[in-house]
Amino acid sequence: MNDKFLKIGVPILFIVAVIAIWEWLVWFYQLPNYRMASPSDLIPKFWQFRELFVVASWETLWRTVVGLALAVAFGTGLGMIMGFSRIAREGLYPLLVGFNAIPKATVVPIVALMFVGQHDFNTVLIAFMISFFPIAVSVSIGLSTLEPEYRDILRALGASKFTIFWKIALPKTLPEFFGALKVAVTLAFIGTNLMEIVSPHGRGLGALFDSGRISADYPLMFAIAVHVAALGILLFLRGCGARAYLRGWAERAPS
Amino acid sequence: MTFQIELKGVTHAYRTASGPLPVLDNLSLQIPEHSFCAVVGPSGCGKSTLTRLVSGLMRPDQGEVWLSGQKVTGPRPTVGMAFQNPVLLEWRTILENVLLPLEIVKTPMSRAEGEARARHLLELVGLKGFEGKKPSELSGGMRQRASLCRSIIHKPDVLILDEPFGALDAFTREDLWCTMHDLRAEEPFTCLLITHDLRESVFLADQVVVLSGRPAHAQHILHVDLQGKRTLDDLYSQKAVEMLAVLRHQIQLAQGRVPEGAA
Repeated sequence: MNDKFLKIGVPILFIVAVIAIWEWLVWFYQLPNYRMASPSDLIPKFWQFRELFVVASWETLWRTVVGLALAVAFGTGLGMIMGFSRIAREGLYPLLVGFNAIPKATVVPIVALMFVGQHDFNTVLIAFMISFFPIAVSVSIGLSTLEPEYRDILRALGASKFTIFWKIALPKTLPEFFGALKVAVTLAFIGTNLMEIVSPHGRGLGALFDSGRISADYPLMFAIAVHVAALGILLFLRGCGARAYLRGWAERAPS
Repeated sequence: MTFQIELKGVTHAYRTASGPLPVLDNLSLQIPEHSFCAVVGPSGCGKSTLTRLVSGLMRPDQGEVWLSGQKVTGPRPTVGMAFQNPVLLEWRTILENVLLPLEIVKTPMSRAEGEARARHLLELVGLKGFEGKKPSELSGGMRQRASLCRSIIHKPDVLILDEPFGALDAFTREDLWCTMHDLRAEEPFTCLLITHDLRESVFLADQVVVLSGRPAHAQHILHVDLQGKRTLDDLYSQKAVEMLAVLRHQIQLAQGRVPEGAA
C-alpha cells in the first residue's frame, strides 16, 4: 500500500463508507426526515439553496479564519509569556482554565449584548475566545519543558534570551504548536457557528441552519451540519499544509 | 604560574524548600593551560555544579572562579561545553548542529572557514559522510561525537565535559576516549572533565581530582604520569592499576565507607 493511497484514498474510502452506512440505516429503519435525514435527501437541499450556501460559507469561513489568526497571534504571545515567566504561568493558568471552562454558549448572548449590532466583530471574537486556549497552553508547555541543557549550550556561549528563543525554543515548540493548531481550527469553527446560531443576524451557515430549524426544514439542517464538517476538514488540511511548509522552512534554514 | 582554570575557595549552596543545601565547601582547583583535569566523586557531590560555576552559568556564593587570568562573572564565548545528553537540534543536519556556536560567538572565521573546520572535525571523530544526516539517523555514540565537535568548533580555550561518555556502552566509550586524545593532539585546549568512570579519568587526564562527599572539597589530587601517547593497553599497566587502586580508595573514603588509612 503506497503512501499516497494511505493519505488520500483511505480517508475518502472511510468517508464514503460512513455516508453509505448512514444512508442504509435511514432506509433500513425507514426513519422519517424529522428524525434523521438521509444523505440522498441532502443533495436536493444543496442544490436548492446553492447560492445561500456559497454566500453563507464565505461569511462563516472568513470570520473563522480571522478569529483563528487572532487566536494564533494572541495564544502564541501568551504562551511565550507563560513559558518564560514562572510568575505569569502560576498566575495565569487558573484564570485561563476557569475562562476556558465557561460554556461559550453562555458567553455568546453576553458578547452579543456588549457589542450589540457589531455582528462581524462578535463572531470573530467568539471564534477567537474559544480557540486561543489550546495554543497558549501548548506553547507555554513547549517552552517551559525545554530541557535545561538545550538552553545551557547556548547560554554558556553568552547567547541572549532572544537568540535562545529563536534558535532553539521556537523550533522545538513547533510540533506542540501544530498539534494545538489542529484543535484550534475546529474549535474556531464551533465558535463562529455558535454565534451565528445563538445570535443570528441572517449571516453565515449558523444563521442558515437556524432558518432551517424555524421553517422545520430538517434535511437543510442536516445538509448544513455536513457542510460545516466538510469546511472543517478543509481548514484542518490547510493547517496541515502550513505545518509541512513551516517544518520544511525550519529544517532548511541554517540562518 | 598562572592557571587556565583556577578555583579559589569556592563555596556554594542551593536554596531549597527545607533550607540551604551546601554542595561545595571551600573548593580550590588549579588547572594549567592545555592540561586535562578529571573530577571524580560520589554521586550528588556537586560535580555538575562545578561545571556550571566554571562556565559562568552560575556564580558561587563565596570564592572566585578564574579563567585565563580573568575573574568569571558570567558566560563567556571562550568556553565549550558538552553534556551526557548530546542535545543536538533534531531539525538541523549534523553539520548545521556543529556550526551552531559560530552563529552565537563572534569569530574571525568566515562562514566557509567555519564549515571547512566543521567538516574537518567531523572527519577527525569518524563522522565523515554524515554531515547532511539528521541527528535521529545517528546512533548515541555518533551523536556524542557530533556534540564534541560542536563544543570545540569555535576554538574555545576551555572545554567543559559533564559526563559526556556516561550513557554510552563500554566499547563506544573507549573509542571516544581515543577520539579525545586525537582531538587534543590536533589542537590543544584546557579540559575539565566530570566523570564517574575512574578508568576514563586515568586514561584521559593529567590530574584527577577526587571530591569529597557533599559539601565537596578537593579531597585528593592524583597526578597521572603516563608518558607518551596513551593507548588503552596502558590502563592495564602496573602503574595505571596502582593509580586506579588509589582512586578507588579515595572514592570509598569520600563515600564514608572505610576508615582513613585502612588500605
